[in-house]
Amino acid sequence: MSRSLMTGNRAAAWAARLAGVDYVPAFPITPQTEIIETLSEWIRRGELDARMTTLDSEHSMVTAAGTAATAGVRVFTATSSQGLLYAMEMLYAVAGFRAPFLLANVSRGLAAPITLEPDHCDVLAARDSGLLQFHAASCQEVLDLSLIGYRVIEDKRVRLPAIVNLDGFYLSFTREPVELPEAEAVAAFLPPFDASALGLRAGQPLSQAVAVLGGTPYSYFRYECHLAALQAERVFAEVCEDFGERFGRNYSALERYACDDAEIVFVMMGSFASKARDAVAQMRAAGERVGLLRPRLLRPFPADALAQALDGKAAVVVVDQNLSIGKGGVLHAELCSALYGRADAPGVITSFIGGLGGRDIRREEFFQMVSETREALQKARAGTLEAPPAPRLLFTADELRELRKMQAIAAVRDAEVRSSRPPPAPNAGSQGS
Amino acid sequence: MLRIRFHGRGGQGIKTASRVLGSALFAEGFEVQDAPRYGAERRGAPIFAYVRADRAPIDERGVIERPELVVVGDDSLVQVAGAGVGVGLDAEAVLLLLSQEPAAVWKQRLQTEATVITLEPPAPDPDAPLRSGPEPLVGARVSGAAARLLGVVPRTALEAALAQELGALPTTARERARQQALEAFDALAAHAGAVRARPAPGYAERTSPGWIELPFDPADVSAPAIHAPATSVLVRTGLWRSMRPVIDHSGCKRCHFMCALPCPDSAITVDDAGYPQIDLEHCKGCLICVAQCPFHVIAAVPEAEAQNETTALPRERRAHEP
Repeated sequence: MSRSLMTGNRAAAWAARLAGVDYVPAFPITPQTEIIETLSEWIRRGELDARMTTLDSEHSMVTAAGTAATAGVRVFTATSSQGLLYAMEMLYAVAGFRAPFLLANVSRGLAAPITLEPDHCDVLAARDSGLLQFHAASCQEVLDLSLIGYRVIEDKRVRLPAIVNLDGFYLSFTREPVELPEAEAVAAFLPPFDASALGLRAGQPLSQAVAVLGGTPYSYFRYECHLAALQAERVFAEVCEDFGERFGRNYSALERYACDDAEIVFVMMGSFASKARDAVAQMRAAGERVGLLRPRLLRPFPADALAQALDGKAAVVVVDQNLSIGKGGVLHAELCSALYGRADAPGVITSFIGGLGGRDIRREEFFQMVSETREALQKARAGTLEAPPAPRLLFTADELRELRKMQAIAAVRDAEVRSSRPPPAPNAGSQGS
Repeated sequence: MLRIRFHGRGGQGIKTASRVLGSALFAEGFEVQDAPRYGAERRGAPIFAYVRADRAPIDERGVIERPELVVVGDDSLVQVAGAGVGVGLDAEAVLLLLSQEPAAVWKQRLQTEATVITLEPPAPDPDAPLRSGPEPLVGARVSGAAARLLGVVPRTALEAALAQELGALPTTARERARQQALEAFDALAAHAGAVRARPAPGYAERTSPGWIELPFDPADVSAPAIHAPATSVLVRTGLWRSMRPVIDHSGCKRCHFMCALPCPDSAITVDDAGYPQIDLEHCKGCLICVAQCPFHVIAAVPEAEAQNETTALPRERRAHEP
């Protein structure tokens, strides 16, 4: 094995190369394009024996991916943001095909207004499609979760497509050390796709995605997708165990950092969670009992594992890098549903929305989240917490001032914008408890 | 941890500078993170790239707000607010500028407590093709300078990193870049190790992030619309220019539809006498007009030279002249 600096995009391309993919349907979009550029260059140089086809859209690209996988070849594709949404109709369809292929999604916020920078609204829009979701927090995880992912999705108990998600910029364009396994070791871990059960051949026609009127067959087929996705949690654990034995890197559905004796636990996904880990290490050094739980799997949702990990904790801080408009943080809602009704569930769950459109989350903001959560916890213990704390967008007085300047330049006709100053921060100058 | 932010313009090799430094530090046993920050980038627009290096795995991510070293490859960026050159520069930080002006002048101008060091920009290469100008060498030069200021990268590690990261360049360009990097490394011997690693402020030094409740605004305020006309005029994109088109009006045949219409920024207007005039506040220096002019009377002049010239250029400087 060799350790070298590479971007998350390049790590995704290496995963496809090491997995020996046969077919790469492609369509460019920032910040994903480096992945298909890299694969295209390797194919041109004869270093990767695969066929790449550029399609007219992501909709066609995902259609091609699903149909090729049905024919029994190993398929890799990649997109971002608007591209994933443009493919949305086919995401649901190819999951229904039970066609296993891997799609790297390089997360980027959705228009409007348009941005290039990351949040998880794109990948979470595909939450209910039937594609499994693996969320990476480092360039190494992009590679490893992709290799693990192929084993999981090609398992006969699962046979569903999957998304490996990496954050635009924070992983896609960031080089960090990645250990590349030897091709032979990967080949031993990930044997060729056994397509015997799929069976689409020129001489052996097959009707795929047939119409079923009346709810009974429809209910059966869609619910079977759901049961297969639930199976994937166990398959993922088995495959991770094998991966750990072969490559020395151990994964599970949840990253647990400093959780054992923690009183307050952060729950968040993706590369921003490494910033939370950094803040937790600082607080731990100061004697604070805080920890971090990071789901690597979003679909299937590791509800039991999360609930067990949080049993007996005093409070949970959920940081959502996404926004379900009209509801709030998606992970917060999902976690609450996993915890409701459990005797030992944490009494306080706070919700923070941060990192939308790549807005950074600073170290002191993690400190402040713990501080506000502790205040709510103290009220709860004193019996004076009347309702759960309101969700909070991470947004500062300085940011509002900057925004008001933009609005003034844009000639937004409103006295509020032209003349007023943002109200002073309610907690200005105060330190966390 | 060492946190280094490189500032420059698209095309100067700033991303490559971060990669050269990142690879050199990685070879010296550091854990490393390096990344460019792209926007709607193009040649001449402000860009930056950053490097983090530490002996332990790095959990910090994203843009560096409190750098130990800021390197500015193009001193005209200092006046561009959006470039953010001064963000987080404090008394313990080092600021290195490629500039003809002395460090004391910059320290006074910027009113900064940071240690300020200047280094001559790379000299234009007389053999280089006209349009490439001196700028691709800037990245190489700042990578060597930064390596020396950190004091933890030996010259041999810098050379190995240059060979690794510049491999795609043609041999002569690679050699020129290598020379720039090593010359900068040698020139800053007196400042070796001027940059000191430091931890980020810990839990004990925490300050309030200054959060507010985002106010509800009605849709006529909160929809992302620009009501003001022509706000792009307020943005002086002329600062992006590395090469300036200069029209020799004595040879101009006033066929202004050839140069003014193709200008993608509508930065060429026609005066009452029918001569094209270039709006230098907004010309980004794409040089399409230079290519378009059928009589070859628009020259491409390196911006730094052009700023010192007030008269029309002599004929021998004209672009595309056989």
